[in-house]
Amino acid sequence: MKVSLVTNILQVNERIAGQNKRLFDEKGVLVINIMSAPGAGKTTLIEQTIRVLKNEYRIAVIEGDIQSTYDADKIAATGVPVIQINTGGACHLDGNMISQTFDKLDFDAMDLLIIENVGNLVCPAEFNMGEDFKVMLLSVPEGDDKPLKYPLMFHESSALLINKIDLLPYVDCSTEKIRNESLKINPDLAIFEISAKRGDGLNGWLDWLRLKLKEKQR
Amino acid sequence: MHELSIVQNIITIILSELPKYNFSKVQSISLRIGVMRQVVPEALFFAFECLSKGTPLEGAEIKIENIPITGRCRNCRHEFIFESWQENCASCGENQIDIISGKELEIAEFEGT
Repeated sequence: MKVSLVTNILQVNERIAGQNKRLFDEKGVLVINIMSAPGAGKTTLIEQTIRVLKNEYRIAVIEGDIQSTYDADKIAATGVPVIQINTGGACHLDGNMISQTFDKLDFDAMDLLIIENVGNLVCPAEFNMGEDFKVMLLSVPEGDDKPLKYPLMFHESSALLINKIDLLPYVDCSTEKIRNESLKINPDLAIFEISAKRGDGLNGWLDWLRLKLKEKQR
Repeated sequence: MHELSIVQNIITIILSELPKYNFSKVQSISLRIGVMRQVVPEALFFAFECLSKGTPLEGAEIKIENIPITGRCRNCRHEFIFESWQENCASCGENQIDIISGKELEIAEFEGT
């Protein structure tokens, strides 16, 4: 006998993500999910973002990695609360992993929660966690062919940070091509060209984030 | 390796459906998967073979319907299938296109006894 089902395969994760989102909304906390390939500069971007915004907003961070606490240690040095999730092999974070950290987080003392996903350009885009926005980094040494190779991530993200622009003289990468092709996949994508390490272009990103924080707290 | 998570979810969903129909064995499962999901069929079949062992799903045939990426033009509302991401609207040449299909990840139906 045939049974017609028509069910979203990731329905369990979607349900948990929905529960997380209701909590974040109730507490007025803006949650962003930062995604990229390994080594694109997520942790450096988060450190730089905290350095500027911690005088204006109360920030906490969840660090997702397969193994190790390197990234959480770096974030802890900035003085904001940080929780490390070790996925032990899983290539992405999901709604359930995030909800399991809630007893260690004080949402009443928080304006912004930054989640650093596991470095990977495919799977993280599929698993919602209840975040307000997905933000992705693409560093120029990775090459300008990435939007067309990994379209889902560009499609799901609200902002794209093209990182390591200080290396542009040394690599074959056209930021113009990245812009054109990612806007083709996602016409609403906000794009910033930055060097998280040197600080170039960070103001545009920080202003975008401030605007989203204001909108959330309204 | 998102195929592993996807298969885990498929098995959980189908197992929860079986008592409703008094099924003890699943013969086939039909999936609808959008091209944007970048699911690798071989990896999915392999994960299914490993994870379904010893369950009523063991040995079931997995059928995949690939759903192409369809866009809708923001200017003239023309809908068309993307052969390549470089394409503009075939009707008016506009380059702002909204994706309306190609992200599906669904169980369409299954067959059991």
